[in-house]
Amino acid sequence: MKQFLFFVQKEFYHLLRDRRTLFILFGMPLMQILIFGFALTNEVKNTRIAILDNSRDEATAGIIHQLEASRYFDIVKNIRGYGELEPAFREGKVKLAVVFPPRFQYTLLHENSASVQLIADATDPNVANTLANYATAIIMDYQKSMKGQQDFPYTINTEMRMLYNPQLKGSYNFVPGVMAMVLMLVCAMMTSISIVREKEMGTMEIILVSPIMPIRVVIAKMVPYFLLSGVNIASILLLSVFVLDVPIQGNLVLLVSECLLFTVTVLALGLLISSVTDSQQVAMLISLMGLFLPTIMLSGFMFPVENMPIPLQIVSNIVPAKWFYYIVKNIMIKGLGFGYVWKETLVLTGMTVFFMLVSIKKFKIRLE
Amino acid sequence: MNDDHAISVSQLTKRFGSFTAVDAITFNVKRGEIFGFLGANGAGKTTAMRMLCGLSFPTSGQATIAGFDLYRDAEKIKKNIGYMSQKFSLYEDLTIRENIRFYGGIYGLTDKQIKSKTDFMVDHLHLENQVDNLVKSLPLGWKQKLSFSVAMLHHPKIVFLDEPTGGVDPVTRREFWTMIYEAAHEGTTVFVTTHYMDEAEYCDRVSIMVDGRVDALDTPLELKRKFNAPSMEEVFIQLARKAKRSDN
Repeated sequence: MKQFLFFVQKEFYHLLRDRRTLFILFGMPLMQILIFGFALTNEVKNTRIAILDNSRDEATAGIIHQLEASRYFDIVKNIRGYGELEPAFREGKVKLAVVFPPRFQYTLLHENSASVQLIADATDPNVANTLANYATAIIMDYQKSMKGQQDFPYTINTEMRMLYNPQLKGSYNFVPGVMAMVLMLVCAMMTSISIVREKEMGTMEIILVSPIMPIRVVIAKMVPYFLLSGVNIASILLLSVFVLDVPIQGNLVLLVSECLLFTVTVLALGLLISSVTDSQQVAMLISLMGLFLPTIMLSGFMFPVENMPIPLQIVSNIVPAKWFYYIVKNIMIKGLGFGYVWKETLVLTGMTVFFMLVSIKKFKIRLE
Repeated sequence: MNDDHAISVSQLTKRFGSFTAVDAITFNVKRGEIFGFLGANGAGKTTAMRMLCGLSFPTSGQATIAGFDLYRDAEKIKKNIGYMSQKFSLYEDLTIRENIRFYGGIYGLTDKQIKSKTDFMVDHLHLENQVDNLVKSLPLGWKQKLSFSVAMLHHPKIVFLDEPTGGVDPVTRREFWTMIYEAAHEGTTVFVTTHYMDEAEYCDRVSIMVDGRVDALDTPLELKRKFNAPSMEEVFIQLARKAKRSDN
């Protein structure tokens, strides 16, 4: 046991003396959460729009007021005629224009239906779509409030509900993704590098000649990165709750346990990598290409798995991060309990055990 | 088994596929002896030594190290040997004190033993001002002397030195050999490989490997007489010229 503690202490020296790496390991999760949270959101905020109001009545004023009040839109231009529309788009001053026909309120009240034209800059079709949807939702809202005042015998209900994310916050789904990425990097890459470095330096030979058991060497190497991951998980969760206002809907203990399980999975992966290579560069390359990229591309965090071609969907099943992402998303954002994620947890546990067994077996062969 | 033998090797063989790196070598090393293990590059020295240290599994043959069987008592052997590899093997980002503490720790020394060992080494190697500096700031010669002292930390019965003086200046080499003599004097068996023929002269007995076999084994004096050579260098060249396999 004491041997083991000496070893762990030594690992901490390595970790703490390498200030730059340490800074990256602690700084990276913070940076990623903040960048994804504030800069890279798909969410529409303060989009500049133009209004062409050919009616100028109570109803249009009401809708315009609601558009203005929402934090999605900023009305930057009131246009007087169709001629001014295109230049505004071409100069990129606005992304969306809302056009009211003449006698809008009159038509609405007498014919029971009126239309509003939404013109969007579709150079980015996704954004255009989102903008049009938001604007429609706001107009529908107004329509409903109008109908509430007067007692119509029949109303057409267009209900639009945003499940789990009613305010359409973009920050929700990336938190589990960042968590998977950071753990991949900290655990798999750093563990494999730290073991391979000893091989490269020649110190591994000395350790293998010494009476310390190889399994203890391996575990001692993992301890610092396991603790580091714990700190990273905590800081990511704290940041998402207190800075990004992404609440933890589910059970915190369950969430943390799942995170720790995934940490062990990736530690085992790191060990596996270190047993197949003798050079730090190769270890780093394998971690990046073999683990990090699939984590980003195939876990469902950047691109929904359902939209992938079938072969890729099948491949995505062997990416541990996919399962982790699913579990964390469900616990953290949907607030589901263990009953809903036990199958995924089982898969992840199975993977962990498999990687552990293979890597420990491989590690032993190397000594003899 | 003879109690006077620290190492006893019989028909030890290592094959990698069809290539026989070590070909049925047989020899004994006496307790307290300084045993020179010579051979050209690729003759199989390092492979043989790695087998004796438990880093590599023999294909066939027997060996007894410090009284323990190579196959059955690998763990006991580990406690009784020290090893210094060709590569520099201390941690550069640890201080001298931390390196000593770490290696002492994994050999199961107590805190008290580690402390007294550290004090002894600092005093012996004149490291008073450097003991809390990172190892990477030390010159190579000192690093090698330190590596040797660390390999001797747990008072091993046998210490294996794989080209310990490669790239070291003559003065430091001489100092290094003084340390080897001191270790041998205290009863440690020294098993050393080297390419420096003057160092071969310092050994009690020398074996020379050619193409995976031990072709000669005797005291330097006797070898020179047998091969009718003025120096160990001449002996070595005569033997190495017979080698059929090249560097790789």
